Amino acid sequence: MADTVAKIKIACTVNGERRSVQAYPMARLLDVLREEMHLTGTKEGCGEGECGACAVLLDGAIVNSCLVPAIDAGGAEIRTIEGIAGGEQLHAVQAAFLECGGAQCGICTPGMVIAALALLDRYPHPGDAEIREGLAGNLCRCTGYQKIFASVVRACEARPAQPEKKR
Amino acid sequence: MRANVPSYDLRVPENLPEALALLAREPGTWQPFAGGTDLMVLLEAGKLAQKRFFSLAKLAELRGIEVTADAVTLGALTTYTAVRNDPALQAEFPLLCSAARETGGIATQNRGTLGGNIANASPAADSPPALLAYDAELELISQRGARWTPYHGFHTGYKKMQIAPDELLGRIRLPRRARPWRQYYRKVGTRKAQAISKVCFAGAARMEAGTIGDIRIALGSIAPIVLRAVKTEDALRGKRITPAAISAAQECLAGKIAPIDDIRSTARYRLRVAQNLLEEFLLQLAR
Amino acid sequence: MKEKFLGHSVVRKEGREKVTGRARYVDDLAFPDASPEMIHGATVRSSVARGRILGIRYGDGIPWHEFTIVTAADIPGKNEITLIEHDQPCLAAGMIHHPEEPVVLLAHPDRYLLEQARQAVHIDVEPLPAIFTIEDSLSGREIIWGKDNVFKSYRVNKGDVDSAWARADVIVEGEYRTGAQEQLYIENQGMVALASPADGVTLWGSMQCPYYVHKALMLLFGLPAEKIRVIQAETGGGFGGKEEYPSMIAAHAALLAWKSGKRVKIVYDRAEDMAATTKRHPSRTRHRTGVTRDGKLVAMDIDFVIDGGAYATLSAVVLSRGTIHAAGPYSCPNVRIRAQTVATNAPPHGAFRGFGAPQSIFALERHLDQVARAVHLTPEEFRRRNFIRKGQTTATGQVIHEDVDLNALLDRALRESDYHAKLERFARENPGAAVKRGMGLACFCHGAGFTGSGEVTLASVVEMEATREGCVRILAASTEIGQGTNTIFSQIAADALGIGCDRIEIAQPDTGAVPNSGPTVASRTAMIVGKLVEEAALALKRTLLESGLLNDACTEEEFARACQSYIETRGPLRSRSQYEPPPGLHWDDATYSGDAYGAYAWAVYVAEVAVDTVTFEARVTDFVAVQEVGKAINPALAAGQIEGGVAQAIGMALYENVVWREGRMANGQMTNYIMPTAADVPPIRVFFEEQPYPFGPHGAKGIGELPMDGPAPAILNAIENATDICLREIPATPENIMEAMTEKVGAHG
Repeated sequence: MADTVAKIKIACTVNGERRSVQAYPMARLLDVLREEMHLTGTKEGCGEGECGACAVLLDGAIVNSCLVPAIDAGGAEIRTIEGIAGGEQLHAVQAAFLECGGAQCGICTPGMVIAALALLDRYPHPGDAEIREGLAGNLCRCTGYQKIFASVVRACEARPAQPEKKR
Repeated sequence: MRANVPSYDLRVPENLPEALALLAREPGTWQPFAGGTDLMVLLEAGKLAQKRFFSLAKLAELRGIEVTADAVTLGALTTYTAVRNDPALQAEFPLLCSAARETGGIATQNRGTLGGNIANASPAADSPPALLAYDAELELISQRGARWTPYHGFHTGYKKMQIAPDELLGRIRLPRRARPWRQYYRKVGTRKAQAISKVCFAGAARMEAGTIGDIRIALGSIAPIVLRAVKTEDALRGKRITPAAISAAQECLAGKIAPIDDIRSTARYRLRVAQNLLEEFLLQLAR
Repeated sequence: MKEKFLGHSVVRKEGREKVTGRARYVDDLAFPDASPEMIHGATVRSSVARGRILGIRYGDGIPWHEFTIVTAADIPGKNEITLIEHDQPCLAAGMIHHPEEPVVLLAHPDRYLLEQARQAVHIDVEPLPAIFTIEDSLSGREIIWGKDNVFKSYRVNKGDVDSAWARADVIVEGEYRTGAQEQLYIENQGMVALASPADGVTLWGSMQCPYYVHKALMLLFGLPAEKIRVIQAETGGGFGGKEEYPSMIAAHAALLAWKSGKRVKIVYDRAEDMAATTKRHPSRTRHRTGVTRDGKLVAMDIDFVIDGGAYATLSAVVLSRGTIHAAGPYSCPNVRIRAQTVATNAPPHGAFRGFGAPQSIFALERHLDQVARAVHLTPEEFRRRNFIRKGQTTATGQVIHEDVDLNALLDRALRESDYHAKLERFARENPGAAVKRGMGLACFCHGAGFTGSGEVTLASVVEMEATREGCVRILAASTEIGQGTNTIFSQIAADALGIGCDRIEIAQPDTGAVPNSGPTVASRTAMIVGKLVEEAALALKRTLLESGLLNDACTEEEFARACQSYIETRGPLRSRSQYEPPPGLHWDDATYSGDAYGAYAWAVYVAEVAVDTVTFEARVTDFVAVQEVGKAINPALAAGQIEGGVAQAIGMALYENVVWREGRMANGQMTNYIMPTAADVPPIRVFFEEQPYPFGPHGAKGIGELPMDGPAPAILNAIENATDICLREIPATPENIMEAMTEKVGAHG
């Protein structure tokens, strides 16, 4: 058997909470979240950064957690789907998905909600082209995307006007 | 996950001298790890042969975009997102911004880096054709010092580069052009987003009263390396854009590129589309 | 009965869990307090398409003593995954018939070590000649299954085709092909198993049909029904891909659990899921069609062949549906359909939304555009002259009893898509344009429920139980896989009982707790099982009314008090309903004729495409889907089904290409198997007409598969309209479009 490297301590903030786990340096952030931290809302769909089901916010930017090595999570602020709602109060994006039928089987939904949040952070009132671009990294097999687009539009309507912040 | 993850080492040097010392001490043993968007895919597939990596995350010298009178210089760790958002690049090097926009999706763009894209040396990479069209230069640094080399000619064969085992890609320099060139970029992929290119074309030309003063043509996915079509450029330099000139250029291009059949596309398709993109570029110049 | 919820877009029942990430799919399940520990399972597969197993070698450097190792010899009952035939083993023992054939199972707590071990097992196979195409299979040059490689054939005969040719003024022939398609649910297949001789077998997993898994495991373990328990976890998409395959992965997990004494989880990664699980049957259809000078169908001779892969699995049923749908929603006095499904050495093909109909309908609707052209009629006019009407018969001789008005659907589709104006505009603008645009249409229908007497055989059951609090639980094996089962069942029951939707609970599909309401397939859940839900609800209400504890016009509080009172004084408040076929349906399996389905949904779809002559890419730029569906129980969910199905069919038509190498899928990663992203889909505009089907709940027909049938031919018809190239195969990749355009230019000099 090949040599084994030692696990390292990964200290980060996840959904506002300080967390510290032991992980192999090249372990996927996805696995650290799901297995060490038991945050199973983030999903594995492809393991190659194509489907976006594993999307989380890393220091405010959307990333595919299946492509982030654990070591890069050290010192980072991570937000997963579990940290989007405010307790029992749904985020406007989540409420919109619910109202507009943006979730069918639901497996892409956590990543899609994260992507929608990241999109609205960049463009508070995105047009059709920006919505499509912002969600193009999240594959959905059930909806044909139509009601996901509608959900994003609804979420914009629900939020107060904000200045554009390109990031 | 098909790799034996516990057997992979990923260290984090605190600064550049430490990283370069590692490379000098054990050349060929440690491979740089930037955004990870290529390497982690290989890891997942069980195809990452290299086991020892060092992260570039703490190397501040590799970040940032610097604008001087004669060049825009990007750190190797510049992400696609940073490229897209940079005003200097948007104004003078829009093909690089187009390429960044076409790379993966937003999540990939937030992590993937220009340096990683160059060092990964995929012939299907989206940014290299733009870099070739801009006569990019690369800074290679080591404990022995730093040297600049033109990006054109950096790749010598499939995944082979002119970089010594103790060297690290530091910066990418884009010489500013005195007058604006006409520019064209088109990536033809398997779908509108999140696609590996089947053919990628970057073109830039300085027009002088309807004649091509100078020109750059670079293509991806049509050879084992990203290619600058030098012979085709020579055939067009100094010419007016006529149907005959376009045909001649297309024929010249066909003779110089070597597209293949693979699981994504066919050689015939790649050749034909490359020629069509060349024509589209030239017709645009003629307008 | 008041329709308070029916017909309204009630919010998805389990929607909150899904948008908050709290929904638990199989890979999320934790069993923290229960022992035994959970370990991981993996499958070692052949890599040769066909051959004889010579031996199994376990490589060096792996601590094999730590592993649970299972081969065919460990199977307690029959080494078979039960479906229709008995040809598919759970684990290959002597012969290999496809390159992903499972041979050895491994389990270990460390999943990284497990994967290294999997790679270290070598199956030595003496290769035998293998067959990979329909043509090679039919040629008989190598017999790989049965006597002649044919799993099943059907023949439909209406009228007398052979003598009808004489009456045709024009005869048009054509051959059409469809490739394999991967279901590509975003959640990979997975199962968790616990199994012992003492306690029996328990499975949790991603699936559409718990009772299919239940039946398969009974046979595999030689255990009685009550010793097998199958529980559906939240399932991330199925599309048919989780109809039959879950029995295989469940069997594997259960065998490892049985031998190890541990809880075993097998979850495929994307590469394994794509490689080893089922795909849509590739097809070849040959049409020979005779029409009169004014475009009336006189004779249709159809040869329909589908590639079933290495084992029979469900191919006979896919063939059946494809056959019955092959002649479309048209009236033609003479129809012959000769259909076969044949074996090749690829992993078995299986259920995928549409189930044979998308294949045969693609061929038909492509072909009819050619026929229209041959008699100088527009595609639209030709259809109008042949649409089936009430009182006329289908290819199987089924009399259409409803007032179907395909002309009206066509009118609406043309209007909503601005068809004529666009046709005219594109014709003007295309010459000289780099991007050519076109319009295309397809007219079709899709039968809901199991074919013929299938529903009678299923004899589906739904049970219902009231709680003291006045909530009512629905007990059914019908699974929620995204299509909205939980929500529409709640709506149906709520209206029948006269209580709120939120007072309805859906029991988790668990064979230990719910009756068999049949599989979640064949567009039957709303129409067939929904009706049973309604009947069970009405029966439960009736019980309360007859007990004198309730009046008909009661409030929710009164209902709750009545339930409490009933339960406290008389015991459990339950009801049960079982499927009864609608009167007058007759199907003859021997002659393959009669009433194939209780109800058809009818549709006309219109595609607008843009073909870029620089890159040869075709894109759908607008899509209109008009369908008559009986009743849309939940309009938002119904529209969601159509939108999703259209997108999946756009993938089938333009993007999704399975690249085969020696029976293996060479492009089994999401990077290289291309489904549409948010940037690729057009606006998909959905319109419903409602003509209630008397035997569906509130008139509802099934619609889950319908949207898969129309888009591909409509899109290729549009490509032909835009460019004049006649593509007869999907996917219509840019490479294929380029070759066709080049040929066309070459032909014209």
